Amino acid sequence: MADYQTHDYDVVVIGAGGAGLRAAIEAHDRGLRTAVVCKSLLGKAHTVMAEGGMAAAMGNVWKEDNWQVHFRDTMRGGKMLNNWRMAQIHAQEAPDRVYELERWGALFDRTEDGRISQRDFGGHRYARLAHVGDRTGLELIRTLQQKVVSLGIDVFMECKVLRLLSDGEGRVSGAVGYMRPTGDMVLFTAKATVLATGSIGKSWKYTSNSWESVGDGHAMAIWAGADVIDMECVQFHPTGMVWPLSVRGILVTEGVRGDGGVLRNSEGSRFMFNYVAPMFRAETAETEEEADAWYDDHINNRRTPDLLPRDEVARAINSEVKAGRGTPHGGVYLDIASRRTPEYIRRRLPSMYHQFMELAGVDITAEAMEVGPTCHYMMGGVRVDAETQAATVPGLFAAGEVAGGMHGSNRLGGNSLSDLIVFGRRAGLGAADFAEGRSGTPAVDTAEVDAVIDEAFAPFGREDGYNPYDVQAELQDTMQSLVGIIRNGPELEEALTKLEDLRQRTAKVQVTGGQAYNPGWNLATDLPSMLTTSIAVAQGALNRKESRGGHTREDYPGPDPEMGKVNFVQHQTVERGYLAPIAIGPEPLPQMPAELQALFEEGN
Amino acid sequence: MADQDKVTMRVWRGDPEGGEFVDYVMPAVEGEVVLDVIHRIQADPAPDLACRWNCKAGKCGSCSAEINGLPRLLCMTRMDTLPEGAPVTVAPMKTFPIIRDLVTDVSFNYEVAKTIPAFEPMPEPEGGYRMAQIDVERGQEFRKCIECFMCQNVCHVIRDHDDNKPKYAGPRFFIRFAELEMHPLDVNDRRELAHDKGLGMCNITKCCTEVCPEHIKITDNGIIPMKERVVDARYDPVAWLGRKILGRSKKTAVEAEESSASLEAEEVEGASAAG
Repeated sequence: MADYQTHDYDVVVIGAGGAGLRAAIEAHDRGLRTAVVCKSLLGKAHTVMAEGGMAAAMGNVWKEDNWQVHFRDTMRGGKMLNNWRMAQIHAQEAPDRVYELERWGALFDRTEDGRISQRDFGGHRYARLAHVGDRTGLELIRTLQQKVVSLGIDVFMECKVLRLLSDGEGRVSGAVGYMRPTGDMVLFTAKATVLATGSIGKSWKYTSNSWESVGDGHAMAIWAGADVIDMECVQFHPTGMVWPLSVRGILVTEGVRGDGGVLRNSEGSRFMFNYVAPMFRAETAETEEEADAWYDDHINNRRTPDLLPRDEVARAINSEVKAGRGTPHGGVYLDIASRRTPEYIRRRLPSMYHQFMELAGVDITAEAMEVGPTCHYMMGGVRVDAETQAATVPGLFAAGEVAGGMHGSNRLGGNSLSDLIVFGRRAGLGAADFAEGRSGTPAVDTAEVDAVIDEAFAPFGREDGYNPYDVQAELQDTMQSLVGIIRNGPELEEALTKLEDLRQRTAKVQVTGGQAYNPGWNLATDLPSMLTTSIAVAQGALNRKESRGGHTREDYPGPDPEMGKVNFVQHQTVERGYLAPIAIGPEPLPQMPAELQALFEEGN
Repeated sequence: MADQDKVTMRVWRGDPEGGEFVDYVMPAVEGEVVLDVIHRIQADPAPDLACRWNCKAGKCGSCSAEINGLPRLLCMTRMDTLPEGAPVTVAPMKTFPIIRDLVTDVSFNYEVAKTIPAFEPMPEPEGGYRMAQIDVERGQEFRKCIECFMCQNVCHVIRDHDDNKPKYAGPRFFIRFAELEMHPLDVNDRRELAHDKGLGMCNITKCCTEVCPEHIKITDNGIIPMKERVVDARYDPVAWLGRKILGRSKKTAVEAEESSASLEAEEVEGASAAG
C-alpha cells in the first residue's frame, strides 16, 4: 500500500485563483471545515495576470447601464451559445460582488465624485469595468488572499492534485495529489469538492497562460464521469506580444484600446473598419471621426470597431497578417502613443509600459506596440447547474474558467474576473449545502488511491522512455498549428491522430532525479491533463461544423442556426482516465424565457 | 573568451544538505530573459532543475533569484543586459532556507502575513463609500507589491541575522502596515503592532527599495512615514491613553476577524475619529 497523509474536510477547494478563494470564503462563512489546495504559492494564481478590470453594471460612469444591458452584451458576445441563466445571474450579482471586495479592502480607481470608476472594454455597451490601473487581477487576488488568511482557512500550497476519488456510490469523496516541495503523496477526503483550476492554455505554443494552465480540473472532471461542454470554444486574445520570441503570447490588455489605442496595419490604416460583422453594424462607428468622438460621448456616437468582441478582432488581425499587411514580426500595430499623452499612458497602463520597456525595449508612450493573437481563455468546461455550480456528478462543483456555459462561444473582456467572484461564491454556497447534507467521512477506495499513486510514480522506474518536455513541445506544436485560431476538418482529423500518438507516448515518459521539487516529474504528471483536454477540444472542434465565437472553421465559415441551438457535451462512461475514449454528442441549449428573449428582439 | 553564440549559465544546484554551482553551456537566443534559458536547461540536459515561476511577465513574483549576485526576477532580466562573454550566475535567494536548487522555503513570509490585523472598514454610509483618487493612490502604490519577497531577501536585518526573523516582519510587511494605515476606510490602528514587529530595527539603508521590481518607494513612502506615525503615537500622551482605553491595537488577523462583529460601537468611534 502506498504511503500518504490524509486530511479530512467538509469542503475542499482545488485552486486558489479568484474563484477558488471566493468559494472557500463562502464555505468557511457557513462554519464548514474548509481547505484550499493550490499548485503554486498562495497569491500567484493566474488571476494575477488579469489586467483590465471586472465588468459590473454599477452605472457609476453611465447611469444608463443596468444588468439587462450587461446580460445582453454578454449573450451577444458569446454568440448566444451561453447558458442564459448563468449570464443573467452574473449580470445581476456582479455589482454586489465588486462592492464586497471594496468592503474587504480593495482599492479601486475612483470617479470624480469618489465612486468606483469604470472603463470601456470590447463588447460592453457602456464603460463598465471596475479597475485598478491595469493590475486589477492582482488587486482581486490580494484582497481575497488577505481575507482567506484573516479567516484562518487552511491552505495547502504547491500541491498538485492528480485525481478525484469516488465513494463507490457515484459521489465524489475527495482527491489525491502530492506536495511539490517533497513529492509526498496526500489524500483529501471531502463531503464536497470544488474545482477552481482555471484554464487549459498551456497546450498551445503561444499563450498568455502560465505553466499551471494544463486543464487539471477539466480533465479530472472528465475522468470522474462528469460532463464537459463547449470544449471547442477557446478564446484567442487579439493582442498578445509577438516580439521578442521569448515573450510571444504575453498579454497586452484590451484596456489599451479601451483607453484610446487603435489597431493599424503596416500601411498605417485602421483596418478594423473593414471587419464589422452585420450583427454589430448598427452599433459600430463607420468613420474614424465618429469612433474618436465616442470615447467622450457614448450617447451621440457609436463605438470604435477596435473594441469589437475579441473573436472578431483576432480574426481580423489574422486576415491582415495573411494578406501581407503585418508587421516585421508577424503582428499588427497597436498605437496609443500618437493618441494619448505619455502621462496619461503611464497612469492608466503602468504595467503595460513596464512590460514593453523591460521585455521588448519598446516605449509605448513614443512608439506603437506589435501585437497578434494569443491563446488566452477557455470558454468550455465542466457542465454546471447555474444556481449552485454543481457538476453532473454529485459532490463535485466547478467555478471560474474550469466551468462552462457562462461565456458561450466567446467571452467579453472583464467578464472573467466578475465570473470568478459571482460563481466562486455560488460554488461555495452550493458545496456548503451539499456538505451539510452528507454525514460522516466520505468513503474512498484505497485500491483506487494506490493505483493513482503508482501511476504518478511510474515514470521514475522507466528506462528508454520519452522525455516529458519533448512530448509537451510536440503537443503544443500540434495544437498551435492544427487546432488554432482558424481550423478545418482535415487538420482536426490530423490533430486527433497526432494526439493519439502523444497519448500513447505520455504513458511511456521517463523522468530522472528525486521526488522533491522535480519539474520534469511534475510535467510528466501534467501531461495526462493536457492530453485529455486537447483531445476534447479537437473533438469538439471537429463536431461543430460552423464558425461561432472563438471557434472558426474555414470549411464552414458562417454560423449555422441549427448548430447554434446545441452544446457539444463530452464525457467518459465506463472506461475512465486519459487513455480511455471520450464520448461526444449534441444536446439542446437551455431555453431562455420569453421576457429575456425580448431583450434581443427589440433591436436594442 | 566564450563563443558568441553560446552562453554559460552557472546555476546553483543542491538541497538543504548543500550544493554547488554547475555550468550549463547553452546556445544564445536573441531577446531571451534568464528564465527562458533556465527553461531550455530543464528541457535538456537537466529536467530536474528546480525553479519556481508562473506568469513569466513580472506580475506574480514567483521567480525571484540572485543573478550575478543581485536579487532579480528571472522573467524580467534580459540576457542582453548582462555582461557579454561572462558566465551568468544564478543562485537562490539567500535569506530563505533551500528546498532545492533555485527554490527556497518562503513560508516565513506567509507566517508573518497571518499576524497582520485584518482590514476593518468604517461603517458604510448610505449610497456607498466615497474616496478621492488621490487618497486611494497612496495605498495603491503599496498594493502593487507582487510578493516576490526580494525586499525581504535583501534586508540585512534578517539576511545576515537569522535569529531576528521571529521579531522582524520585514519591508514587505512594513508597507502592508503602511497601506492599511493610509487606507481611507480602515479603522484598525496598527502603529503599536508595527513597532512590535521590528519597525524600529530598520535603519533605512533602502536596500529594499533598490531591488523592488515594482519600483515601490518602500523606504521613503512606506517605512519612514510609518516610523513617524509610530513615534507620534508612542510619545503622544493622548494617543497613549486612547490606546489603553480602546486596547485594540494588537489584534492578530484572526482575532480581528472574530471580534469584528462585537466591534460595531468602537468602529463608529474610530470612524468619527478618523473623519
